[in-house]
Amino acid sequence: MTNLAIAANGLRKSYGDKTVLDGIDLAVPEGTVFSLLGPNGAGKTTAVKILSTLVTPDAGDLRVAGHDLATHPQAVRAAIGVTGQFSAVDGLITGEENMLLLADLHRLSRREGRRVTAELLERFDLVEAASKPAATYSGGMKRRLDIAMTLVGNPRIIFLDEPTTGLDPRSRHNMWQIIRELVSDGVTVFLTTQYLEEADQLADRIAVLDDGRIAAEGTAAELKRLIPGGHVRLRFTDPAAYRSATLALPRVTRDDEALTLQIPSDGSQRELRSLLDRLESAGIEADELTVHTPDLDDVFFALTGGSTRIPEQTDRPDRTGRTGQTGQTKENVR
Amino acid sequence: MSTLSLAARDCSTMLRRNLLHARRYPSLTLNLLLTPVMLLLLFVYIFGDVMSAGMGGGGADRSEYIAYVVPGILLMTIGSTVIGAAVSVSTDMSEGIIARFRTMAIYRGSVLIGHVVGSVLQSIASVVLVGAVAVAIGFRSTDATALEWLAAFGLLSLFALALTWIAVGMGMASPNAEAASNSAMPLILLPLISSAFTPIEAMPGWFQPIAQYQPFTPAIETLRGLLLGTEIGYNGWLAVAWSIALAALGYRWSTASFHRDPK
Repeated sequence: MTNLAIAANGLRKSYGDKTVLDGIDLAVPEGTVFSLLGPNGAGKTTAVKILSTLVTPDAGDLRVAGHDLATHPQAVRAAIGVTGQFSAVDGLITGEENMLLLADLHRLSRREGRRVTAELLERFDLVEAASKPAATYSGGMKRRLDIAMTLVGNPRIIFLDEPTTGLDPRSRHNMWQIIRELVSDGVTVFLTTQYLEEADQLADRIAVLDDGRIAAEGTAAELKRLIPGGHVRLRFTDPAAYRSATLALPRVTRDDEALTLQIPSDGSQRELRSLLDRLESAGIEADELTVHTPDLDDVFFALTGGSTRIPEQTDRPDRTGRTGQTGQTKENVR
Repeated sequence: MSTLSLAARDCSTMLRRNLLHARRYPSLTLNLLLTPVMLLLLFVYIFGDVMSAGMGGGGADRSEYIAYVVPGILLMTIGSTVIGAAVSVSTDMSEGIIARFRTMAIYRGSVLIGHVVGSVLQSIASVVLVGAVAVAIGFRSTDATALEWLAAFGLLSLFALALTWIAVGMGMASPNAEAASNSAMPLILLPLISSAFTPIEAMPGWFQPIAQYQPFTPAIETLRGLLLGTEIGYNGWLAVAWSIALAALGYRWSTASFHRDPK
């Protein structure tokens, strides 16, 4: 078993009589991306604040980078980098001065500080803006500067609290690229997000946090299999073909207006073949066939709705006997 | 490097950051300088004749009142400058960069110490500027020796340190810059009820003890004694005691607030 970069057992925190984290357990192996996913107010930011030593928990056995959070916070701080939800840059001074400030605080020599600053400004495409006050930066530039500052100390574990909230699509994709590069350097990333696609794209493991509890945990594919909703959709233009298909196929859901049929399916090769065989033998040709696997949106709504809670994770399907439905693609159009 | 020298290094990094802020955005510091300079000119040129006539049996002319009022104005300059410290600490604490500092393996005290040392240096610079205005309108020290000048400088620095720690505590306790500015207001109002502008004996009897023993009066009387040769008496010790007590109180208050979990 690999070493855990972050381990939490029974983490609890409440503010007044409001319980924000109600005994959560987390285990993040070194060198992986872990995503804490949840709606607003689920407790994601509180979890990050606690794990990054900013806030003291009420209870819980917490270890980050192998150090006990309660007894050795400075050792934890030396190993981590944090980019919070609200930009942690000094707006009054320039981007370059921000970087040099961080280099000084990491006790780099003047020469080393200049080298690291120049390198990171270059890498994050901030060279042109380097001599302007950070307050004048756009949202995307501020986030880039924020991450660049986090990287000055070369942390092995990075906390990113909603790093792409409020960014335009291009900036968001740039941020994803940055995160992938970090991971390829062996950095452990603890990421919170309310964007399911983001967790799907980046995370090795995802925990869905709802109302202070972990509602489900697993890979994106595992989470998607937790809930029903996979189906094959057939679309017709010929009403006659549509009618004969409704008769030839079992368990169909009809949409007479759009001439489409939905057939429940896990999207496996075996089920698809049997479906195609039935159509073939009935001499029916659909105009379009799409396979729809449940995406994280479905999972998210099913898990965080409050009423429709999925039974515990013992329900998780085993990983064998499945074809290569990795969960990466949301819809496979024929 | 030892823990102490690492702590010193972090403090000096934070100090550089605060001085950079002050240099980039001098308007706050300069605005706060206006109050003591305006009061100096007001009391000397507008009220000067009346004030002089009311003092020491009416024989004094304007130049004597300049001598009387300048020590108080210099200490008021400190009271005014530290309002800036309260405002900038309060503003700074609402910034994300402070959260970043808290999650870094740096000496934790450096954030506030950087603010305090920066503010004390600004106070000294402000005192020098206001002092220069005072000299330009005719203030002269009568017989101060080099040692007395040094003691005056030391007193001003110590007093600035004390008021700055108190102001930083006020800044930490304030939810925003406006509140910080309001709660630090007494630091510039206190000199008005001290011996800065009028002798204590000219005040109503019931009020005299308040004016006599509040922190500004002993400091003003000590500065007067050092620069103008008047009687210092117990005021010297009282000024030093007040300064140390206020500095210690402000330090405890500020650091306790800083170590609490952020909201």
